[in-house]
Parts: sequence; C-alpha cells; structure tokens
Amino acid sequence: MTGLVTAAPLLEVRGLAMHFPVSEGIVLSRKIGDVKAVDGVDFTINRGETLGLVGESGCGKTTTGRCILRLERPTAGEILFDGRDVNRMQRSELVALRRRMQVIFQDPYSSLNPRMKVGDIIAEPIKVHGVEPDAARRRARVRELLAVCGLDPKFTDRYPHEMSGGQRQRVGIARALALDPEFIVCDEAVSALDVSIQAQVVNLLEDLRERFGLTYLFIAHDLSVVRHLCQRVAVMYLGRIVEMADNNELFDNPLHPYTQALLSAVPIPDPRIEAMREFHPPKGEVPSPLNPPPGCVFHPRCPMAVEGCRRDRPVLRELRPGHWVACSEVHG
Amino acid sequence: MPPLLEVRGLHTEFRTGAGLVRAVDGISYTVEHGETVAIVGESGSGKSVGALSILHLIPDPPGRITAGEILFDGRDLRGLSEAEMRRIRGRDIGMVFQEPMTSLNPVLSVGRQITETLEQHQDADRATADRRALELLEMVGIADPVRRLRQYPHQLSGGMRQRVMIAIALACNPRLIIADEPTTALDVTIQAQILELMKSLALRFNVAQIIITHNLGVVARYASRVNVMYAGRIVEAGGADAIYHNPRHPYTMALLRSVPRLDRPRQARLAPVDGQPPDLTRLDGGCAFRPRCRFAVDQCAQAQPALERAGAAGHVAACFRSAELVAPEAAAAQEAAA
Repeated sequence: MTGLVTAAPLLEVRGLAMHFPVSEGIVLSRKIGDVKAVDGVDFTINRGETLGLVGESGCGKTTTGRCILRLERPTAGEILFDGRDVNRMQRSELVALRRRMQVIFQDPYSSLNPRMKVGDIIAEPIKVHGVEPDAARRRARVRELLAVCGLDPKFTDRYPHEMSGGQRQRVGIARALALDPEFIVCDEAVSALDVSIQAQVVNLLEDLRERFGLTYLFIAHDLSVVRHLCQRVAVMYLGRIVEMADNNELFDNPLHPYTQALLSAVPIPDPRIEAMREFHPPKGEVPSPLNPPPGCVFHPRCPMAVEGCRRDRPVLRELRPGHWVACSEVHG
Repeated sequence: MPPLLEVRGLHTEFRTGAGLVRAVDGISYTVEHGETVAIVGESGSGKSVGALSILHLIPDPPGRITAGEILFDGRDLRGLSEAEMRRIRGRDIGMVFQEPMTSLNPVLSVGRQITETLEQHQDADRATADRRALELLEMVGIADPVRRLRQYPHQLSGGMRQRVMIAIALACNPRLIIADEPTTALDVTIQAQILELMKSLALRFNVAQIIITHNLGVVARYASRVNVMYAGRIVEAGGADAIYHNPRHPYTMALLRSVPRLDRPRQARLAPVDGQPPDLTRLDGGCAFRPRCRFAVDQCAQAQPALERAGAAGHVAACFRSAELVAPEAAAAQEAAA
C-alpha cells in the first residue's frame, strides 16, 4: 500500500489540542479547570487510505474528528488539509472545504431529519452548495446516489422512519457522497447496526473508497471492525495517541501496554480460542480528563509503570518502521 | 435433578398500530442449576422480550403472554399473582439490565438501594442490611465501599453502576440471574471486567445465568450453551462448541461468517447476511429467514420448520435442510474419525 501513495498526505494533524473550560456555580460562575479532551495529537492520512482512530469513551477520538471537520475550534495545533490549515481558512475557502470533506455519523435515527423525505435529505447538500440548480438533474443525481449505496431509487419518497437502521445508514452515506468529497470522517458509522447489517455497510464503505478514491478517518470503538477496514490504526487514551502502526503490525504485535490490554479484552467469537486465551483486563477505570494523571496518562493502570512514568510524558517514538509508541518502557 | 428453569412453548404478543407482533413465538429452553446459557440474536429477535416474560415484566397492554409454561424450580410462574411475583423477582431471580443509569433509582443512595432489597425480601433489620450492603460492594470489587454506599448513581461511572446492579442482583442469594445486554453500554475493558466478575461470582455462589446479548464474542467467552433467536423463535440451540464449529442453521452460519474478527487479518470483504431484518408484522406461515437464506427451497415457504436434532446430543436446529448443512470443518473431522 505504502508504495502507491504519493508523497504529500491529504491530511496532516500537528500538535492538536482541544481543551474545554469547566466552570462551577450558577450565579458566580468561575472556571475550575479544563477538560483536556485532546491533548497533543499528531498524525497524517495519505490519499486513498483509511486510518482507524480507536479508543474507549472519552479518549478524544470524536473530538479529534470534530476539530478536523472544523466543528470545533481547537485550543492549539494545526490541521492541514491538502496543505492548507483548516483553522485559518476564510469563509469562501471553508465553503469549498465542506464540499471536499464530509461526515457519516453513528446514529442513523438522529442524524436524519425525520420530517424530510429521503430524496430531499440527499439533495440538500447539492442545493445548499448550488452544485446542480436544475431540479430534474438533481433528482437524477439523488437516484444515482441511492443506487450507488445499494438502495432502490423509489426510496426517494420515503421518510426515514419507514426504513430499517441499515437502510437509514445508507441514506446517511449517500448524503455524504452527494458533493463528491475526497475525505470522509466516519464517526462510529457502523456501531449502531446489527451484526448482519453491519457487514453490508462495512463492505459498502470499502467499495465506495475504491470506486471514488476516497480517504477515510474511521473513528470507532469496535476493534474487530477496525482490523477489517483500516490500513493504519492509531490508539488513543485520555486525549493522546499511545500507539500507531500499520494494521497487521498493530494487531499482531501491539507494543504499548494499553493497546495490549485493550486487545486482550475483546472477546473472539470462537469458544475454543477463548478457552485458550490469556486474559488480563486492565485494573481500574479511565481517570477523569479534567484532572489527568501527570507523566504518562496510563501509568496508574499500567502493569509496567516505573517511577519515571509518573513524571515524564512519553513522546511517540518510531520503534520499528511505521510503528510509533508512546511508552518509555518498551523497546522495538 | 429437574432443571432450574424450564420454558415451554412461550408466546408473547404485542398489539401495535401496525398489527399484531408475535415478539416471542413459541420458544422452549432449559437452564440447569449453576449453568450459563446465552440467548443470542439481533434487534427484534425477541431475545429480551422472552426474558422479560419470565419475570412478568412485559407491559400489558400492549404486551401479553398468550401461551406457554415457565417452570422455575418446578413451579409455573405464569400462574402467579403480581404480589407473589414480586417475592420471586430480586430474591430467587436477580436481574441485571443494559443501562444501569435507568435501572437504578437516581434519588436513592447506592446503599439504600441495596438495603431496600434486603429489607423487602429477607426481613433484615437496618444494621444487618447495612453490613451486608458493605460486604456486597466489596464483593463486586468497588474500591472505597464505605464512601460509595452514601453516593448516588450519577456520582458513579458506568462500570461502577453496573457493579452496583450486580451487587443488588446478588443481595438475596438468587439461584438465577437474568442479564439483558449487561455490558453493551460499557467500554471493552470495563465489559471484560464486568463479565469476569459475573462469571466468578456465579461460580462461587452456584448461580445460574441467562445472558442475553447480540455479541457473539461475549457468548463464546462465557456461555456453555447457546440459543440463537430469529424473528421470535429459537432457530438453533446447543453447546457453545457445536454452535460455533458445527452450526446447522443457515442463519447461525451466516451470522458467524458476517462478524469481523480481531484474530483475522484484513480480508477482501466480509460475507454479510443479505437482505433486511424481518418485519414481524408481515410474517407468513413459512420460515422467517427464507427471504435472506441462500439455501431456501419451496418447502420453506409452506411451513415453519420445527427444532430437530442436528449433530451432537442437545444440538437442535429449525431448518428443513439442516442435515445437508454440515460445515466443511466438521465434515472433515467426521471423515477423519471414520
């Protein structure tokens, strides 16, 4: 894969931080601290690549996606899309950016307007961006998008509630494709779906990537889906990336103690394999991002922690080619 | 010894605007003392309704149990009054639900919710109940239990709330715990902790468990026997090993093939189950899986196949073509043995 990719990445995230202020009191409100949802994150995504961003609730994966989409203004850092910093864009540039960058959300129930017909939902971005002023041609485009996403074109006249969860998620995908984007943030795009339907949508995303040369940031908590769908994977914990590597390298040879614990916690649908597996769930729970531990954020739960881990924040180091780990105690 | 729980021909219906829905359409299964049985299925398969029916927790209207027997320790729960049922729920049968935030009372302290159960069912006095509550919180692995007892559910994390639910479920030494998607709302490392806890406590106190889940990995890790549900019916049942390694119903086979697996490298494509989930208001007299089944024949449209023995003892499947559907792996093993 790496050999095919041209030098300049499509997306480059540098030192991204997003701190949300937290205040206390209603009358005399005062700031008591910051939730460090994202606290210094660096990664790149190459054209045509799917990068998986995984981690548990509150690790900052969704906030990272929202910053890239410019739905949040980050506290610090740069987000370079095709070489241009998203946060420094003027309005006209932003409008152009929105056409190139789209999003698919988790919940196919709340991300579609229940009062709009499916055809209008998909036509909305085309109309807003003035891409196709002719109504008949717009309708033709909607039918084409439905077909691309495996839906019968007669669904244009249906309302979201008349469809199953899987069909609704296909509508969300069709809407994301309406403007011919280059890059799509998939935020838990298949998490709400039943197993048998999830596989259909995973295959659809894969087909669309190949057909339209799309690039995905695939945000998910389900590691099995990420293993199947992504070429590279970054693992987040409490606002930071702790490990990043090519798919097989990360899953077959995890180096960070958090990644190891996370992978061992995922049950495999085979009782024979499960009976033989060593299994050590990490102790305790994720600390509050309002008051994260000093040094390495994972040290209170880490079986390998030494004195220095309480003090020094580990940096991401490339321990093997393309395999980055933020832990002072592991060596390639 | 007779089984701890025996469900026979259970039917539960809902009257909805769209028509009559047979959410549970004649299911039968048993749970032995101390055993963990999984009920696995997708949304709308009837797995939760079947379990809630056991406890008389189906809102009537619109729901109604229309037929069947629910024998718990030889006694038919269907005939019991609400007052009698209240004595069974929480005492003989404990419950753990998916969303601990909505199943715990937000205005009662954690300690009070545990002692309430004890006072209700065991006539415990306040001091005994308080002592037992502390012991229970320690048992479910909650650090600093004295402080936690005085706290309210919103002050606890999701994992800790689920531990409290387990403490309440275990408070009166039940013989059966029904856990409905107990870890679905939790992160994977917390899910692993909670399932490990439930498993060790069930073993320690010889409590039988029914785990209702859509997660095939959770089933593989924890259950000894599995019932697979589709459109209100059990389509296949058997020991976990038989279900995973020698599935004999096309739905089970398709489901297992469609899950992405952490232990398998990236493959070209997943093999999804084609088509859409069944619309329970529009089922006909044939097999409900027929429209999505690659093995369907004319016979499948005419009648619903009954559960019949398939392979090893205790392994049953409801498919007319079950005998033809031997997995290549199992066929090879049988050949090698012969």
